[in-house]
Amino acid sequence: MRLPTLRRDVVCQQAVELVTDYLEGRLSRRDARQFEAHLRACDGCEEYLRQVKATITVLGSVQPDDLAPETRQGLLELYRQFRGE
Amino acid sequence: MVGRGLLRHGAKVTGRAGGPNRTAPAAAKHRIGRAPYAAGVSDDDLVRRLRAGDESAFAEAVNTYHSSMVRLAQTFVSSRAVAEEVAQDTWLAVLKGIDHFEGRSSLKTWIFRILANRARSTGVHEQRTTPVDLTDEATVDSRRFDAVGAWSDPPAHWSDEVVDRLSSGPLVAQVRAGISELPEGQRAVVTLRDLDGLSSKDVCDVLGISQANQRVLLHRGRSRIRALLELELAKR
Repeated sequence: MRLPTLRRDVVCQQAVELVTDYLEGRLSRRDARQFEAHLRACDGCEEYLRQVKATITVLGSVQPDDLAPETRQGLLELYRQFRGE
Repeated sequence: MVGRGLLRHGAKVTGRAGGPNRTAPAAAKHRIGRAPYAAGVSDDDLVRRLRAGDESAFAEAVNTYHSSMVRLAQTFVSSRAVAEEVAQDTWLAVLKGIDHFEGRSSLKTWIFRILANRARSTGVHEQRTTPVDLTDEATVDSRRFDAVGAWSDPPAHWSDEVVDRLSSGPLVAQVRAGISELPEGQRAVVTLRDLDGLSSKDVCDVLGISQANQRVLLHRGRSRIRALLELELAKR
């Protein structure tokens, strides 16, 4: 989203829209500096960024279901059929 | 594929390769304990053994990837049973195609791409591409800001405690449920990036989407899960 970002005062409502681009390293150096300057001055946005990082950590802890032994066995049989042909 | 949502984000792609990435160390820290997604020596070894018809290599690949494959397939199809079928079909395609695997991506990315293509053509809507919803979606409810866009209802402080609360209580189950309720594109991107740990480039590769769209979907998906955590943590 094209902010008037180059304005000196990034406001909170704009800052939250920039979080992913910031974390992905896609902001220009200048925009990143302004974003960081805003965070230093804004407790709410600083916490917001920390919450997004915490969210990423939480998401990273979500494991897929365990592989059921019968599923594994079924796939190995599929493999043998494939190789046997 | 042009819409306001896209233009807004697309316009911000500055063209500077990489750009400042001051958060890289923090992101890396979050990944401790997880398998690296990059192609490595083990990929080469596994591919060589798969080509040679080594059953233990196939068993190893199944152990490593099958559960994540089913999880990704569930993003595109309606039931667990169909997702299992798609994953099974993918294994056959992998066995048939392994001689043609060129190692330009990691084995995992290659397998996931085959899976995503199959799952999408099996999906109820027969969608061939990952949909990107072009309507605007506020990252945070606009009622929480005042007339000039400053917080009127700023976030409460909980980022420090959320990780401690993961091991106890239903938080992970609630996050799982939240992920399953994300729109398809957001769910696929969040799953691949944040749950499976793929790079943004690999996610684009698997789903056939642009970097700009990947970022829009990632942003929206993460924003929704953050909002879910906020609600849950406010319930204390």
